[in-house]
Amino acid sequence: MEKVTLTVNGFTQSVLVESHETILDTLRNRLNLTGTKKCCDEGTCGSCTILMDGKPVLGCLTPTLRCVGKEILTIEGISSGESLHLVQKHLVKSLGLQCGFCTPGVVMTAIPFLEENPHASRNEIKESLSGNLCRCTGYKKIIDAVENAAEEMRS
Amino acid sequence: MTGAIGKPTPYIDAVQKVTGQAMYADDYKFPNMVYVSCLRSTESHAKIKSLELKKAEASPGVVAIVTGKDIPVPFGVLSISRDETAMAIEKVRYQGEIVAAVAAETIEAAEAGVKLINVEYEPLTEFFTPQDSLKTCTPDEQIHAHTKDHKNIHKTAELRFNEPEKELETAKHKQTGNFIFAGVTHGFTEPHSAVAMWNGDETLTIISATQVPHYLQKNLSKVLGLPLHKIQVKKPVLGGGFGGKSDPFPHEMIVSFLSKKIKRPVKCTFSREEVFITHHGRHPTEINMSLSCDDGGKITALDADIIIDGGAYGSFGVVTSYYNGVLLQGPYLIDKFGFRTRRTYTNKHQCGAMRGHGAVNPRYAVETLLDMMAHDMEMDPCDLREKNFLSDHSSTVGEFRITSNGIRDCIAAVRKKSDWDNRYGNLPYGHGLGVACGFFISGSALPILWNRYPQTVVHAKLDFDGRIVMFSGASDIGQGSDTMLVQIAAEELGIPMDFVQVEVSDTKTTPVDLGSYSSRVTFMVGNAAKSAASNIRREMAKAISKEKDTPAENITFKNGRIFTNDKSLDISWEEGVEMAMAGRGAFVESGFYISPKLGGNFKGAGAGLSPSYSFGAFISEVEVNPKTGETNVIKVWGAHDCGKALNPLAVEGQIEGSIHMGLGQTMSEEMRYKNGQQLNANFFDYRIPSSLDTPDMDVTIIESNDPEGPYGAKEAGEGPIHPVLPSIGNAVFDAVGVRMMELPITPDKVLKKIKENA
Repeated sequence: MEKVTLTVNGFTQSVLVESHETILDTLRNRLNLTGTKKCCDEGTCGSCTILMDGKPVLGCLTPTLRCVGKEILTIEGISSGESLHLVQKHLVKSLGLQCGFCTPGVVMTAIPFLEENPHASRNEIKESLSGNLCRCTGYKKIIDAVENAAEEMRS
Repeated sequence: MTGAIGKPTPYIDAVQKVTGQAMYADDYKFPNMVYVSCLRSTESHAKIKSLELKKAEASPGVVAIVTGKDIPVPFGVLSISRDETAMAIEKVRYQGEIVAAVAAETIEAAEAGVKLINVEYEPLTEFFTPQDSLKTCTPDEQIHAHTKDHKNIHKTAELRFNEPEKELETAKHKQTGNFIFAGVTHGFTEPHSAVAMWNGDETLTIISATQVPHYLQKNLSKVLGLPLHKIQVKKPVLGGGFGGKSDPFPHEMIVSFLSKKIKRPVKCTFSREEVFITHHGRHPTEINMSLSCDDGGKITALDADIIIDGGAYGSFGVVTSYYNGVLLQGPYLIDKFGFRTRRTYTNKHQCGAMRGHGAVNPRYAVETLLDMMAHDMEMDPCDLREKNFLSDHSSTVGEFRITSNGIRDCIAAVRKKSDWDNRYGNLPYGHGLGVACGFFISGSALPILWNRYPQTVVHAKLDFDGRIVMFSGASDIGQGSDTMLVQIAAEELGIPMDFVQVEVSDTKTTPVDLGSYSSRVTFMVGNAAKSAASNIRREMAKAISKEKDTPAENITFKNGRIFTNDKSLDISWEEGVEMAMAGRGAFVESGFYISPKLGGNFKGAGAGLSPSYSFGAFISEVEVNPKTGETNVIKVWGAHDCGKALNPLAVEGQIEGSIHMGLGQTMSEEMRYKNGQQLNANFFDYRIPSSLDTPDMDVTIIESNDPEGPYGAKEAGEGPIHPVLPSIGNAVFDAVGVRMMELPITPDKVLKKIKENA
């Protein structure tokens, strides 16, 4: 076990972790931040997407030791539910979710994408979400939601 | 409708889901909890010669180890095929079957313990194809001892009406096809997970990712020898099911047994590979089907011989066997009709129920044959179908009662929206349009385990705070049934939706519901919820009527007010609640749904019986590159008759999700095996469509207002998948003139056919 200092959602704390541990397991099992989901645990589905210094990374492929000295942002750091991010607001409104298991990963992918690409076309949005597997929605309403969020962000 | 019904309504748990607050099974953690890892068989069919646990037991952190003989009572979702045990006893029947389970202080310690178990196997003859399983073998080679005639046939289902084979022998217009379908799996995102707790009062609580808390409760009772009233099954927020979480599972037995044994909370969560191994998905299928028509294009006969590859255990297989045949009785009128389905055991992952249960593959076959028929008879494929639709309020040859039926509106809608009449047959080479129809049950009229109870009961509770709580055993698996319960109560009582909350899927606190399968929830639970909420209204009206000396029948509940038209009475909801509770206190009203008695008196008459059927018609447009065989689905127009869309947003979501899943099975998904080992037990190699593979979708909701559905509603979750697959296959024919008789339609198969055709 190694003692590391992590900054997650703006809060810095020390945690004991295994050297081979992924940030996904650290978040879920040691920090009780279970909003980040473990779906495949092998980098194929995007459900565990988190932000490292503002860039999306897959929690299941990122060793915790690599997160030292970085700003980690998880779904819990986006909003408490009282003031939803526009991406979240439109996912709710357009039913861009059903079972909701892939949803935190979708949110954590779409937010940095729209910040960098506020004028993204529908096709670019589709492409940006191609690493996030969803089995319920057929993606249409997710794409609609992100498109609507982009539009509201621009206005 | 004046309230919440019929309006596009975001899910009541959507904010929890977008913020990461929703709690799924693996998110639960309890003090002193231990973790389970499973040892899985490396053999497909073998005797377990020895099982050495000593080293594992001594491994640091290991708390307990269980093997098959510790939990020997067989279980299964169907009482007629309880052929599975929590872990293999004496022999293994597929690669990946659980042989032992290790509980330890951490998951790493459990995994380390598993590696120290030594198993010796003695290989037996392996059966990997249904063709092998149909042959006679020695008793020792039988996968299960109970199969007849020394063959590995699990079930033969056969029904025959009016000698279709005779008609087909002499028919002038006849089409025959041999179709092959790869097995596909649900691919839900949330892995199976369960945590069990043995409570101080000698009761068991299990939180599990299940679609069927009730069947889990029943099977746990049998396996653990524990009375039903000592078992509490709770379904937390569920990350998708599609039929893949509708059986009781070995890991649920294991964590429950262990928690009782060691008196600690026990959790088991599967890896993605284990989810693939657990499977229970759509059966690999081979269908030989013949269809005949008269000169005018009226269908005269249909006959099908079907073989489905069930894998190592029974699951829903008996039902699947029947559904492969009986659900060919619609949406077309067919008087001479027959089928035989044989389900074989093989030494592979077991198959079971998956969205559209049993009927998806034969639907592809019949819709393809109809397309071939239209082509040969030089008729428009839509016209041919329209000549043959069942009418509303009619009956099928197997005595399915058809009530509402919007199939004509469905096909008219997609025909118009896709500009079919101008574009079909006229697109340039490589571009094509295809049409197909379908129908599906709105719940099974008969329960899986026969009993005299209603299929569901809902309790509605009113208390001093003015809140209505709907208690229901219905399992929201992402389809939005919790939201439906709230909408219905709000509608019946004329109050805003935020006055209504739900308590669901907990066998201790909620009245029994059979589960989320067979597209039963909206129809059955919706009716029960409507009745429970309207009984609250009746009780309130009675009390208010007495206090205000106004006839109860004149009282209206609307917009949070309770009033008469002449406004001699006009009180708030809260005032009404106070009057209703005076001298009585908080109260609960109950509602239930029980299906009317339906169907014929022959053996097998119960299969596919439903109080109502949904209908649909889809058109797909594809683009095929004739040089590479690469096929892209560009657009899908889907029209589905769901009776009445209680929540149009949710119905659209179900139709779009069906397009996704149908597209996956048609184009890319396939459970691939070599010598019993799955080659693609991950999302890299098992390709479900991504956002980039998603075609444009144009969804039309058709409302035929079913006389017995709640507010006229029928199912929408499974019916829409059926037409998707054949509409794509038929579009490929229109594009490049080749018939795709084998799924998935991969570029190599298309190219081969194009070359054969040239």
